[in-house]
Amino acid sequence: MLLIKNGRVVDPSQNLDAPAQVLIRDGRIAKVAERISAADAEVFDAKGLIVAPGFIDLHVHLREPGNEHAETIETGGRAAAAGGFTSICCMPNTTPVNDNAAVTQFIVETSRRVSPVNVFPIGAISSRSAGERLAEIGQMHRAGIVGLSDDGRPVMSSGLMRHAMEYSLAFGLVMIQHAEDLTLTQGGQMHEGVQSTRMGLRGIPGSSEDVMVARDILLAEQTGARYHVAHLSTARSLELVRDAKRRGLAVTCEVTPHHFTLCDEDVRDYDSNYKMKPPLRSRADRDAMIEGLADGTVDAIATDHAPHAGSEKMQEFDLAPFGIIGLESAVGLALERLYHPKHVTLSRLVNLFSCNAARVVELKDRGTLKPGSHADVTLFSTDRAWKLDANQSASRSRNTPFDGREFRGGPEATIVAGRVVWRRA
Amino acid sequence: MSNAAMPKSLLGIEELSASQIQAILERARIFKPVQTQGRKMDRLKGKTVIHLFYENSTRTRLSFELAARRLGADTTSITAQSSSVQKGESLLDTLNTLAAMRPDAIVMRHSASGAPHFLARHLATTIVNAGDGTHEHPTQALLDAFTILEHKPVLNGLTVAIIGDIAHSRVARSNVLLMGKFGARVILCGPPPLLPPELKELSPCVSLCHSLDEAISGADVIMMLRVQLERQNEVYVPSTHEYFQYYGLTLDHMKKAKPDAIVMHPGPINRGREIAAEVADSPRSVILNQVENGIAVRMAVLDLWIGPPTQPDPEKTMQPQMNADERR
Repeated sequence: MLLIKNGRVVDPSQNLDAPAQVLIRDGRIAKVAERISAADAEVFDAKGLIVAPGFIDLHVHLREPGNEHAETIETGGRAAAAGGFTSICCMPNTTPVNDNAAVTQFIVETSRRVSPVNVFPIGAISSRSAGERLAEIGQMHRAGIVGLSDDGRPVMSSGLMRHAMEYSLAFGLVMIQHAEDLTLTQGGQMHEGVQSTRMGLRGIPGSSEDVMVARDILLAEQTGARYHVAHLSTARSLELVRDAKRRGLAVTCEVTPHHFTLCDEDVRDYDSNYKMKPPLRSRADRDAMIEGLADGTVDAIATDHAPHAGSEKMQEFDLAPFGIIGLESAVGLALERLYHPKHVTLSRLVNLFSCNAARVVELKDRGTLKPGSHADVTLFSTDRAWKLDANQSASRSRNTPFDGREFRGGPEATIVAGRVVWRRA
Repeated sequence: MSNAAMPKSLLGIEELSASQIQAILERARIFKPVQTQGRKMDRLKGKTVIHLFYENSTRTRLSFELAARRLGADTTSITAQSSSVQKGESLLDTLNTLAAMRPDAIVMRHSASGAPHFLARHLATTIVNAGDGTHEHPTQALLDAFTILEHKPVLNGLTVAIIGDIAHSRVARSNVLLMGKFGARVILCGPPPLLPPELKELSPCVSLCHSLDEAISGADVIMMLRVQLERQNEVYVPSTHEYFQYYGLTLDHMKKAKPDAIVMHPGPINRGREIAAEVADSPRSVILNQVENGIAVRMAVLDLWIGPPTQPDPEKTMQPQMNADERR
């Protein structure tokens, strides 16, 4: 038994924001109340901290199997814990691709053994994510996937996407799209705009995302499938999602911390830590992300944690792979960019990281502190000063543009199934 | 001006001030007679310059090599084919290896925009950018300015028309930046897919147009760009034939230009593709002057970046030396 005392409990799933105690028993939430008497319980003093339902990252690359030099299920899991996440969803673009039950099983079993946080695999939509024929979705579903995506290799064929959406209905799986029309982005290195023109780097136009989101929403409307836009990055795509929601479609989206923090003007010195897909967009796009996060159009904050070995990133900008790590900086950035400037309330912030995220992939009894649910709890501070040191990261990779950034508030402890798996030193 | 006033590396025109550019052009004027008379100096005696070319370029490499040798430097050249790229070594490792051999400067060309900028952040050696991807080609813009100033008194107030594949041209970018620093007007012209509207934001001196006639009427300088087919994995224009019809410079067009307008081209030229042979060979073409001036300008760059702090004296050239074989 664990009793979390002296904290401020913020749980949007119960409309709760008050000083309260949380009692955990047998890996489940037993009770949340102003005063709980449990004399034999171990006490966790959460004085000055926010006690929230465990944070869920919908978009993580763990690189195992196949690229363990960049990240493993264990190191990625530890980085997640250190970032305040109790659950992560891992994308299928491993080697081999998670397109069959054997790979899914491997991830599920390995993570149970080595990861301090819950790992929920996302299965590939198409075999080898090659965009040609459907992967064995049903068998992966039985093995434990919680969603479908060909992340990094968008489904270009409208016919296949329609077919996949229809097929997914049988299993109730959400279709997660990395929205990018590859014919518009070929060779692109950064957002197409003044900065790319100045730097002589090939552009990735915002329209490459928009046309894909528009197409998919039309297909989702036709098929009735649940559709989720991964790492949405443009104002126009956000508008499309807003409109789809208004029309009552089952369309959701996530935004990464780097897309609500940075923009293309920040790409400097050909530093590949600013190279990711989708690219850092225009200043107007970035501001639109904040607006969408504030007004509820955006459902979740997801990191798109994409570890790459130092040697891979230490290259010419053109050659460096896309992506940055993000698990350990996410909460700090959300506080800095969203909460402190008063764009969102604490309750909304927690919602974006937990309840809403759980809803996107339908994680049962998570993203909430209701009695009976899994005892996944994130404790964070809104004002403690700390500095991100990439070299101290639990991740196996160091590719972040936020190294050395000073934060006001961030994760303090992570509790998974009633066990404290991480605590700020 | 002493060497200390220059940045550690010459990465682009963007990082240079107008007075730094002026200092380079002034020094090039001192070196030009040395170049035209085929003499040598010993300003860079004992210095080593490595030319590292990851992209084919006979003319720029040769121009740099001759410039270094005219000043007495030891030079060596490495091309991508002969280097360890093929053995899978990263660019940074290759450069670290070369830097450990203590050259005074590494002149490099690379197909990736920003490659020299990336290296300059990690190396102590002076790097001279001889063209990076579709970003900058600073010595080309410098030699273009030098050449223009042989025909026009000042850059301020001039109208320079640059025509061709602007989107992928490092020559255009560097020239726009340079002209902007000296108050010249630049008209960029080409088919719309090769002329993104964002180019206007490069400098307030820039305007865009899609008609060749419009671009060159009133221009003091007409700069034609090579249609760089090797940099395009997409089709931007239907055919080279159609391209020439709309954007190829012919004698007919020249009638609409100012009578004293000069025609430039960074080379290598494609006769009949972007410029008619008669224009390239006409008295208004200064294309070969550009080539010749390139050496003087690159001498100036090397001298200012790695040479002695004293002013060069063109009269103090090296005595012709008998080589060992002749002495015997």
